Amino acid sequence: MVNPNVQGKKYPATDPYLVGREKIREFAHAVKSTNPMNLDVFAAQAAGYTDVIAPPTFAVVIQERSLATVLADPEADIDFSRVVHGDQRFIHARPIVAGDELVSELEVASVKSLGAHSMVTFETKIYDFEKELVCTAISTLVVRGDE
Amino acid sequence: MTHINIASLEVGQEIGKTEFLLTRDSLVRYAGASGDFNQIHYRDDVAAAVGLPGVLAHGMLTMGAAVQVAVDWVGNAGAVVDYQVRFTKPVVVDPVDGAVLVVTGKVGEIDAENKIVRVDLEAVFADTKVLGKAQARVQL
Repeated sequence: MVNPNVQGKKYPATDPYLVGREKIREFAHAVKSTNPMNLDVFAAQAAGYTDVIAPPTFAVVIQERSLATVLADPEADIDFSRVVHGDQRFIHARPIVAGDELVSELEVASVKSLGAHSMVTFETKIYDFEKELVCTAISTLVVRGDE
Repeated sequence: MTHINIASLEVGQEIGKTEFLLTRDSLVRYAGASGDFNQIHYRDDVAAAVGLPGVLAHGMLTMGAAVQVAVDWVGNAGAVVDYQVRFTKPVVVDPVDGAVLVVTGKVGEIDAENKIVRVDLEAVFADTKVLGKAQARVQL
């Protein structure tokens, strides 16, 4: 069982993640994107961006860095081998652009039990180098209990 | 800037449909690109040991591919201001044939004042919907 006392717990900001142009292209190919904004610098610049922009779900890469700190936290007591992804949401203030240096701050929004299972919702705020909010990522994990 | 005239849209209107072939190669590629190296996405023995019907596609791969239908319609990946899904059913990826994911996008809601359209995405694998409440809000 996930420790219900971690509800409301905030984890410190991660080290900055530098978003690379080729990383965006690699991720775009992986999610089957053919959108020129993800791949072609000139197309992205013509649309007013400074460089290629990331697909809408790329923020998961940043979210995972915060999530890793929670999974490593003995107080939270989350058994990763029992984790199933329940739902996911990304609210973008702006798209992620190649060259961004991003940090994320995670808060455990809620811990609920559902029979033997636990449902944990995380809210991860992703900020750029100027501390402006880029994206809020909300993720719910289902942690299966003993059957 | 967009080619879409919001006044001409109707709720329920189909905006696109795409078939994605997810193979084991797609899963390995997504693992590398995303950093999600959970072995249930590439090892049959590990998937079987934890009671799964087979190697599964990453839920985030299904989520990431499905939204492309909305992205292709609006023409700009940066126009998706809010996107959410619920992972309801697994996508089992056969080592030889892969898995075919069919994604259909429909207009779910029109906010003419703020020029935001909610696109409802339906993702189907083997006659089963694999995502619930898959909604992408697109800024026109």
